[in-house]
Amino acid sequence: MAVMTYRDALNEALAEEMERDDSVFLMGEEVAEYDGAYKVSRGLLDRFGDARVVDTPISELGFAGLGVGAAMAGLRPVIEFMTFNFAFLALDQVINNAAKTHYMTNGQLHVPIVFRGPNGAALQLAAQHSQACETYFVHAPGVKLVNPATPADAKGLLKAAIRDDDPVVVMESELLYNARGDVPEGEHVVPLGVADVKAEGTDVTIISHGQMVHVALQAARTLEKEDISAEVLDLRSLRPLDMEAILGSVHKTNRAVYVEECWPFTGIGAQIVALIQDEGFDDLDAPVQRITQADVPMPYARNLEKQSKPDAARVVDACRKVLYRN
Amino acid sequence: MATKVHMEALSPTMEEGQVVKWLKAEGDEIAAGDLLAEIETDKATMELVARGDGVLRAILLGEGRTAPVGDVIAVIAAADEDVSELVAAAAPASTASPAAEVEEEPARTAAPTATPPSHAAPATTPPPTTPPPTPQPTPPVVRTDTPAAPAAEARKDGGRLRASPVARRLAREAGLRLEAVVGSGPRGRIVKRDIEAALAAGTATAPAPMPDVPGEDFVDVPLTQIRKTIARRLVESLGPVPHFFLTADADMARATELRQQFNELELGARISFNDIVIKATALALARHPECNAWWGGDHVRRHNRVHIGVAVAIDDGLITPVVRDAHARPVAEISNEVKELASLARAKRLTPDQYTGSTFSISNLGMFGIEQFTGVINPPEAGILAVGAVEERPVALDGRVVVRPRMRMTMSCDHRIIDGAQGARFLATLKDVLEKPLSVLL
Amino acid sequence: MPDSAVRDASTSAAPAVIEGFPAEQVLGFLREMLIYRRFEQKAEEAYAIGKIGGFCHLHTGQEGVALGFVGPLRPDDYALSAYREHTLALAKGISARAAMAELYGRVGGCSGGKGGSMHLFSAKHNFMGGWGIVGGQIPLATGLGWAIRYRGEDRVCVCFLGDAAVNQGSFHESLNMAAIWKLPVIYVVENNGYGMGTAFNRVTTTPMVEKSRAHGIPAHYVDGQDVLAVWRLMEDLLDRVRDGAGPQFVDAETYRFKGHSMSDPVSGTYRSKEEVESRVREDDPIAHVRDLLIQSGHLTRESLERMDEEVRELVEDAADFADRSPLPPEDSLHEFVYSDMDVHGRLFFDGRGG
Repeated sequence: MAVMTYRDALNEALAEEMERDDSVFLMGEEVAEYDGAYKVSRGLLDRFGDARVVDTPISELGFAGLGVGAAMAGLRPVIEFMTFNFAFLALDQVINNAAKTHYMTNGQLHVPIVFRGPNGAALQLAAQHSQACETYFVHAPGVKLVNPATPADAKGLLKAAIRDDDPVVVMESELLYNARGDVPEGEHVVPLGVADVKAEGTDVTIISHGQMVHVALQAARTLEKEDISAEVLDLRSLRPLDMEAILGSVHKTNRAVYVEECWPFTGIGAQIVALIQDEGFDDLDAPVQRITQADVPMPYARNLEKQSKPDAARVVDACRKVLYRN
Repeated sequence: MATKVHMEALSPTMEEGQVVKWLKAEGDEIAAGDLLAEIETDKATMELVARGDGVLRAILLGEGRTAPVGDVIAVIAAADEDVSELVAAAAPASTASPAAEVEEEPARTAAPTATPPSHAAPATTPPPTTPPPTPQPTPPVVRTDTPAAPAAEARKDGGRLRASPVARRLAREAGLRLEAVVGSGPRGRIVKRDIEAALAAGTATAPAPMPDVPGEDFVDVPLTQIRKTIARRLVESLGPVPHFFLTADADMARATELRQQFNELELGARISFNDIVIKATALALARHPECNAWWGGDHVRRHNRVHIGVAVAIDDGLITPVVRDAHARPVAEISNEVKELASLARAKRLTPDQYTGSTFSISNLGMFGIEQFTGVINPPEAGILAVGAVEERPVALDGRVVVRPRMRMTMSCDHRIIDGAQGARFLATLKDVLEKPLSVLL
Repeated sequence: MPDSAVRDASTSAAPAVIEGFPAEQVLGFLREMLIYRRFEQKAEEAYAIGKIGGFCHLHTGQEGVALGFVGPLRPDDYALSAYREHTLALAKGISARAAMAELYGRVGGCSGGKGGSMHLFSAKHNFMGGWGIVGGQIPLATGLGWAIRYRGEDRVCVCFLGDAAVNQGSFHESLNMAAIWKLPVIYVVENNGYGMGTAFNRVTTTPMVEKSRAHGIPAHYVDGQDVLAVWRLMEDLLDRVRDGAGPQFVDAETYRFKGHSMSDPVSGTYRSKEEVESRVREDDPIAHVRDLLIQSGHLTRESLERMDEEVRELVEDAADFADRSPLPPEDSLHEFVYSDMDVHGRLFFDGRGG
């Protein structure tokens, strides 16, 4: 085990995979000479050269689509969006071209590409630079999506994503880049579609992913003082979705709270709730609660921003509610 | 090379077309682009254009005839070209529908699946008469025998008992009646902790089973192939619920006597012929569960409890309040309940659980002097009994013509669920009960 | 193209070369383009009787572009286009049977019936689609070029786009990147003058040949109705690109004889009947080659009819094959959404596990 930051874990994953497979290359804005806008690609240019660590023009649509074409030809591009806020420009390429090609070609072509970059709310970046974008991507069959919460998962999931034969969107939580944690040394691959229990409990399941896992853990600690035992389930992957883990935990606790940074309307939580009511109905003791970003564009003002975000206090309240404790 | 002239889709929604007029005759020289025929589509008369050069060698669809889009309706070819094979191949196509080319639809149950009327967990139905006592606070109270009061809290509005899914599951697994549990959740919802408390108290298990009702409240019988075929065929013939009708004529002399004697007892309750019919029908149904059934689309649900829907005329129509467990309750009680339900119905104050969930229905127009009529089945039930007036009629008895009080009953049966003989056996039992009516009082 | 005006000609005195091409090769061009023409006519007919559904964009009139740019490619070169691609697919080697069956949505189609008219693919032939969004294929072509350069290969990617696509951001982003990295991509605008119902001159103020200038990519003009000219240009461009000249841009002027799609009239408010008729009469790429061959004595009325008969039989056979080919099986619905269905967790949310 080595203690490292989430950022360095991602960097290590990239370096190891580029070392392992020379069809892997990294492309995006400022990834090479600038070492990455968030320094995830620090040192990679020196190590792998400018044929494999490639600065691009500010052309998200163009280089995302270039990546898809290169993947169709058998390379394994890692396309970095400086942030997912800018990925909307490339959505046509991700949804219409990357996600559907394997199907549309009846299996003749694969698109083994990774789209990665920071995602989620940051601090006072306002409406256009501070938002969670999971739903846009995860909606489309053909896309896989992961959102790690810890350095170890960041490394393991990115490595799995690069090795996967389908398009995988790796959403990194911007606020976690400096988070430190144990990372297993050497070959550490976290399979896509396997959730992880980050805290065991018996009374209520708090389901989450990415940055919000830490909010859930904080809520669990508060609940512990009230003698409520909360299980924190980190999905890690949103597609494939580990429904067995979700249903298993709800079977045990009979109550579920979902925490996400996306907006509530057709958010990830809506899907989770639909699946629990469909397949875990007889296990429920209370309607599943969702804690989400407020249904507004991110406000700039510090107080409003705080008010709009999911936080541990709201999660605690929701847990009390499903336990009929308030 | 020969060119096949197809019936083309000349409008976006056109599925077949009729040749109004051929503009070319067999033997005419044709160039691509020439107008060949006028075709009547579903919208207008359109022109069909040649797609090849040559001679119009064969017209395969006469004027005034119709063919589906895609059929070959003529052949254009060189004057000396052999088109016999083409013509032969095309011939059957002009009669067959193109649907033949489409992948065959997987066989489906043709009948619409009748949704049973809201059956909010039959086990939750409490006796309708007990008034709710003051709701008790925690700890939850558990009762054993007389299911009654506490549940009322959970049922306050609309009468539905509220319980979380896991509470329902745990209660079911433990054999615990939810009516016996006080809900501590919002709006009286029974939640998991309430069940746990009840089980911990140890008194709640093994609820008294309904009299005469062993085990579950119903049995679902999967449809056999022949049952499925009957269901599908009859629906095609007669609409979604294929009715057939059976009429029986019962001698009501002893029933008349019985009714008189009962009412002379001045028990504070007077029973009507209809009350007797309800009870008798329920008893007969209990002996013929195949008639006490619901159509479920892919199965038939045979009920072990008999809930009789009684048609009541109201100002703007008809409603059938439900007498629950009519097979197991005294006729006097049935009589009282029917009166109460009828007055609630007229006042439009019936709650959904008072008019849903019937397993069989009865409509009685005797009070209007109607001798005989047929009722329309209330889906998904297997049948409805249409009851005429009790009238004195001459009948042959032991070789002599005598005048007796008689009553005609016509049962409408859903042929998907029951066949003639089954209905007849049920009706024979019913007639027997009515003619030897002592069991009605038991 | 049987034509009553065709004169019989003696082949004895025929020169062996026509405009620098061996006569045999030019005869081959004629036959190939006839296949494209008859294929599209068959598609039109099949569409009219409901065998083909959805959008169906015919290439009729643009056969010279298809053959002239795709014919000189090596099998390992890539070609891709937007949705008017039936004949490009044929040119790249996809059989008429596989292409027609795809139009019919049948399992024997080159995309297994899952793509349809707009999404013909054959990885084996390096025909990379078949893309439905205007301009969406241009970055993909750039990526294919990137992969060629990344691996140090001498393959080339030819990317077809319509004239209207040059106004998409994807075009400019792609050309810029292709120029920066000197990618082996030839961007061919099939300039038929209209983006659906909008004349190109209504949506631009600069000529087509100038569109690549800002990106530093050499531009070329060619008459797309003259397949010999197109072929010559393409051979030259392929040599240059394989030698490392970097991306090229071609304005190939052509004309669409049919409507934008099957649900669009051939002529209408945006172009007159007279315009269409005169272009069809005077600017048919197939008639052009036919006349060259007849004038040079390499084709007679009889040999042309024989050729056409063969071609029509080939196309008829393709349609018969398509008609016989079964619909894709129901259980293939979820197949090929992902490369590996057997992964952890659930990938589908409509009742299917895995």
